Amino acid sequence: MTQLSTSTGERPIEPREEPGGKIDSAGHGAAAGTPAPFACWSCRGPVAVGEAFCATCKAVQPPGQLDHFVRLGLTRGFALDTAEIDRHYFQLQRQLHPDRFAMRGPRERALSQQQATSLNAAYETLKDPLARAGYLLRLSGIEVNAEGCNTLTDPVLLSEAMELREALADATDVASVDVIARRAQVDIDDCLTELAPAFRAGDLDRAGRLTTRLRYLTKLAEEARFHRLRRARTI
Amino acid sequence: MLLQIHEPGETPVPHEADASLAVGIDLGTTNSVVAIARDGRAEVLRDEAGAALVPSIVAYLDDGEVEVGEVARRRLVDRPDAVVSSIKRLMGRGIADVTALGGVLPFEIEDGAGMVRLRLGGRRLTPVEISADILRALKARAERALGREVGRAVITVPAYFDDAARVATRDAALLAGLEVLRLVNEPTAAALAYGLDRSVEGLYAVYDLGGGTFDISLLRLEKGVFQVLATGGDSALGGDDFDHAVAAHFLAERTAELGAAERPTSSEVKLALQTARLAKECLSSQAEGSWWLDLGERRTRHRLDVAALERLMQPFVQRTIELVAGVLDDARVSPAEVKGVVLVGGSTRVPLVRREVEKLFGRAPLADINPDEVVALGAALQAEALTSGSDTLLLDVTPLSLGIETMGGIVEKVIDRNTPIPVAKAQEFTTYQDGQTGMIIHAVQGERETVDRCRSLARFDLRGIPPMTAGAARVRVTFAVDADGLLTVTAREATTGVEQRIEVKPSYGLTEDEMADMLRAGMENAREDMERRLLIEARVEARRVLLALKAAVDADGVLLAAADATAIGRQMDSIETLLSGRDRHAINDAVEALDRLSHPFAQARMDRAIHSALAGRRVDEIDAATRG
Repeated sequence: MTQLSTSTGERPIEPREEPGGKIDSAGHGAAAGTPAPFACWSCRGPVAVGEAFCATCKAVQPPGQLDHFVRLGLTRGFALDTAEIDRHYFQLQRQLHPDRFAMRGPRERALSQQQATSLNAAYETLKDPLARAGYLLRLSGIEVNAEGCNTLTDPVLLSEAMELREALADATDVASVDVIARRAQVDIDDCLTELAPAFRAGDLDRAGRLTTRLRYLTKLAEEARFHRLRRARTI
Repeated sequence: MLLQIHEPGETPVPHEADASLAVGIDLGTTNSVVAIARDGRAEVLRDEAGAALVPSIVAYLDDGEVEVGEVARRRLVDRPDAVVSSIKRLMGRGIADVTALGGVLPFEIEDGAGMVRLRLGGRRLTPVEISADILRALKARAERALGREVGRAVITVPAYFDDAARVATRDAALLAGLEVLRLVNEPTAAALAYGLDRSVEGLYAVYDLGGGTFDISLLRLEKGVFQVLATGGDSALGGDDFDHAVAAHFLAERTAELGAAERPTSSEVKLALQTARLAKECLSSQAEGSWWLDLGERRTRHRLDVAALERLMQPFVQRTIELVAGVLDDARVSPAEVKGVVLVGGSTRVPLVRREVEKLFGRAPLADINPDEVVALGAALQAEALTSGSDTLLLDVTPLSLGIETMGGIVEKVIDRNTPIPVAKAQEFTTYQDGQTGMIIHAVQGERETVDRCRSLARFDLRGIPPMTAGAARVRVTFAVDADGLLTVTAREATTGVEQRIEVKPSYGLTEDEMADMLRAGMENAREDMERRLLIEARVEARRVLLALKAAVDADGVLLAAADATAIGRQMDSIETLLSGRDRHAINDAVEALDRLSHPFAQARMDRAIHSALAGRRVDEIDAATRG
């Protein structure tokens, strides 16, 4: 890929993790036999797939294609403890962040940047329950529509969404916006509570419906927040 | 083998002779500060008279001499046309931005596209060159104070600085002969200075009101991790605005008294601003006073009390409070959850500012580290952390959303604000006309939905898309922001797999040619510096190769043939010898030779690993079998 730079310096960045990109869900453990190691760029010895550092010479490796759970060393599932995500993320960033490689050569600096970029992508996805739910579904080959309530097909969800939206449009003061925001928050919490058992039971159909509902509720809560800010400012 | 080996994971520290000192620099709108940290303790570097602050003022004299700091300030009296201050406000800005700053500017601006140029003492200078002169003065001060060469620095920038301003800052450092270890956001640096002193945990806000910029950052501190949750601000809001308001007030009074006088010249505005600043500073500690404006033929006297001053400042302070509320809201945090508020920047000495911040958070802000020095101290700590290793970790975010222009001037956001950096995100775009072979990729920064309300960063022309029906091409555009907060954009057409070359035209930056010219003109020893840089790089690379190979031999020596071992050992020793010399070509050649010599060994290691993977056995089992 041609590298571009808005400035005069060379900044070799090759993003490896992209939303909508391929996920190599078979790249870890479960496949038959051990996946073939790749050659360390520095000592040229073997490095196991998924390792951030060469076991022999300790050189940082390219991030490769790992799913976000594997990357952060977390068990795949919806029920994740935020504090634990943070702990794993901080611990990995302590080893891989570009600040740790400021005195190294350009290649190591670039690799550390790729590693930190991948960690951030994983962290951003997994710490947000909505993004996490969507990601889990994608790992199972189900796309949840990104646009949310504009394309709701479930008639029950559709009427609920329209009702809330009208209420928000009609709300003229901060208090009535707050009522809607609180209701949305209660519903969001319900969705989150129900999502964990749905994923655990492998009921992807139900998880998909809940995720779609969570998506428009989150969007609605966001809009309520925005309305509230605007109302508060105009007073 | 005669090699010393480092513990695994330990940073190989460059050879003592390679290591020039690394300092922290707060390149401020009004004042700049340079500091150094040793063993986790940071101190500000002062001049012979003991002053820590270098006024960010530069004078360009007729004989070609450049003066920086207090001496330059004194030139304001006799040569205001040759003196420039607050140049930071113009970093990375085009002429339209500068006119939008409003009022009568204390600058004479040249017309033209791209980066603005100022006319000063008969010279045409960009903000990058002027900032480079300030940085040179700071470098010289540090070298005098430390008695050693200073070649590297962590330089702070307002968190809310956009990409163009960050690039301009980095370029200025380059011109001044400083290697930028990292651009660190000012509030983050301030938090670092506070956090290390106190080992605090929890949510902290940093309110940073400098001369020309305002930043507000919300951080979570936890066991040495400084995680920025949200940041906001205004890169054209600061104590300067207070001065401008007071100066405008004085000039209006003067006009009322003297009748419709002529428009004040830019030199007269500079003097009025000086007087206004003096008045503002006096009124931090006294209730009222009066000041003389001594311009042209006539003097006028101007009375001002605290209440009147605060009425003039209130709109600007109110704007900062709104921005704070917005950032808290972004992070879904209420003011009561914030455990402490740190005040940074000289303008936080203004009592009105302190009162308003205290009112919002319901607690008295922290200001026990000198607000003028705290940013430089934090930068120095980070410079030490980057060069000598550290347990602390700074995790920062993008201050502004980054997006791309789509049909109808609508912005498609690619990276949202407050996303942790480094980050890379890609989106696909397509053609809208049959047979379309080119596409303009326009990167913008900002929160608004239309391009004209956002800041233009760069335009690229993607050419050579094979002619297809509309909507068939798939152009994948990737935005990557590195740990310095700098953006790189790449684009490629995916259907054909053909990779495209893209021309970059930074909207307000210097072009590569301009930069190269300035480097040539500004540094007689640029070539020597470059030579030395290449030598250091060759040494770093050679040491890496030696360490890696040593580790490999320690682990897998069993696979190394005796004859090869001797040859490799001899080659490693000769590289060791070359490392103490200064011939980088010899070093590079020797490393390449070692590479060839060790190739069969590397091959043997990979072969064994692949075999064992195929057989589903572990390496040590195979080793045991081979030996047994």
